[in-house]
Amino acid sequence: MADIEIPTLGDPDERAIPCLKPGAMAASKPYVAAPAHNQALGFPGELVPDWHDKAIGRMGELLGKYRSLQVFMDICVKCGACTDKCHYFLGTGDPKNMPVARQDLFRSVYRRYFTPAGKALGAIGLGKLVGAREFTKDVLDEWFNYFHQCSQCRRCSVFCPYGIDTAEVSMAARDIMDTIGHGHKYANEILGKVHKIGNNLGLPGPALIDNLEGLEEDLKDETGLDIRMPVDDAGADILLVTPSADFFAEPHVLGLMGYAKVFHAAGTSWTISTKATEAANFALFIGSYEQMQKVAMRIREAALELGVKRIVFGECGHAWRVAYSFLNTLIGPMDFLDPRYPKPQHILEFTWDLIKRGGIRLDKSGNDGMVLTFHDSCNVARASRMGDFAGGQFVIPREVIKACVPKFVDMNPDTTHEKTFCCGGGGGLLTDELMDLRIKGAAPRMEALADVTKREGVTHMASICAICKAQFTKVLPVYGFDRETVVSVHQLVSNAIVLGNND
Amino acid sequence: MAYEVNGKSIEADEEGFLVNINDWNEELAGLVAKDEGVDMTPEHWEVVNFLREYYAEYQIAPAVRVLTKAIAKKMGPDKGNNKYLYELFPYGPGKQACKIAGLPKPTGCV
Repeated sequence: MADIEIPTLGDPDERAIPCLKPGAMAASKPYVAAPAHNQALGFPGELVPDWHDKAIGRMGELLGKYRSLQVFMDICVKCGACTDKCHYFLGTGDPKNMPVARQDLFRSVYRRYFTPAGKALGAIGLGKLVGAREFTKDVLDEWFNYFHQCSQCRRCSVFCPYGIDTAEVSMAARDIMDTIGHGHKYANEILGKVHKIGNNLGLPGPALIDNLEGLEEDLKDETGLDIRMPVDDAGADILLVTPSADFFAEPHVLGLMGYAKVFHAAGTSWTISTKATEAANFALFIGSYEQMQKVAMRIREAALELGVKRIVFGECGHAWRVAYSFLNTLIGPMDFLDPRYPKPQHILEFTWDLIKRGGIRLDKSGNDGMVLTFHDSCNVARASRMGDFAGGQFVIPREVIKACVPKFVDMNPDTTHEKTFCCGGGGGLLTDELMDLRIKGAAPRMEALADVTKREGVTHMASICAICKAQFTKVLPVYGFDRETVVSVHQLVSNAIVLGNND
Repeated sequence: MAYEVNGKSIEADEEGFLVNINDWNEELAGLVAKDEGVDMTPEHWEVVNFLREYYAEYQIAPAVRVLTKAIAKKMGPDKGNNKYLYELFPYGPGKQACKIAGLPKPTGCV
């Protein structure tokens, strides 16, 4: 990481549009998926000889299938509102990371092959006059590089007067690239592991059980109580579906221990399933509805096999988008679940409900000395909701944190709630070969964090997404923060919850 | 890419993780460590050996907490923490130590 130029942090109130650095990130790209990774998902192993025609054919199918994509292609008026809203543009200065430029990679090909003017002028080599480009190998390479510099966080769409969603354009581009055998290693390898082993990590059942037994021992040492981490417990009320990183990494695992304490304190019976050991659904990132459904189906099967009444999701950003927004169409109807509860429910809704009803008690001294701020995860903030009121996804995590800690401070309002910045590692970009991009893309969030650290003495930043937690653990030290500045929200609950005499 | 050890070529992926875990040997570990800028001490070997033992049993690298507990048992409670492991393997005990131990890279949100 020594040779990466780290952006200078300023005052978030005075954020300037960076000087343009054309081509600055032209060489940034993830590894191309190997044939085995692609074939496991039913994609061609490598770039097919007739990739050009196949790609245009697939583009036509997607334009017909997703009306939104067709509208996004036609409606942009180049007003420029989106240009300085992307964290990757702000961090890199590369004009191709302006959302409109990213869309135009797709739009220029669309115009050449799907609009009358583009077809006519393109045929005589004048496509440029109407913004139409031939889909050449160079353009494909540009697609691969720059559609993997979009974390599909949708911040730009908040500012677009037409609501053009660059995430959807980037998902369509990745779908087309998979269709012609030009996939992204990180995402496709991981999806293969979900099909083969059951989760992103490739954590087999026996290792999961060994991990959870270890955590039960730790909880016993810490609290003196038998707080359980049940696995495949048929007849339990709740199936917990959580990112596999919660079983593995720090600070994720501290959140998992928090969930277990909440279930214990509330006297709720719950279980993890060895079949649905993953909340994440990376198929969202590659824009594949078929894969997304296949991955999600494990949750339905596990819930039916175990006979649970409720499904609760752990702290995972895009998983909650898939769960809240798409689960019913992917694996529904979920009429076998108890209708008195949200189907599915977020762990924060569960915990917040208990706090309000006095079902659990919290002692803020468990987090003595901590001053918290909250990083809204992009997929939760802009693509889902919590609770039964508008904006619940912003209110509920903050209320839970406030109930657990002595002091809470929000970051600059241009960087929170629906205007939150991506952590820099979302959308399938949390891979080491993109570290330069990840560090630069984290700059706007780091700037806002540094600001409240200086002004308000913030010591920790809570997050509710496994990607955010892993990304921050990596990039915080680059910006001079301690690696452990990032915490799970349920890690705070875990520190504050009063166990034992709860009557 | 490939590593050259004692005149033998050992296949690795783009990031330097072994394609076949059985190709691993101590000379190779030393070579990978050198590439990573890690100076192997007996403490580093303790971690690497534990990773390999755990992998042989579970077909996955140990979770961070499992590793810190095992290290605390072997080397003393003052060393059973994340901070110490990061001192040994600055790029992260998960990925860097796995690479030296010849294990596949942990994937996902880690």
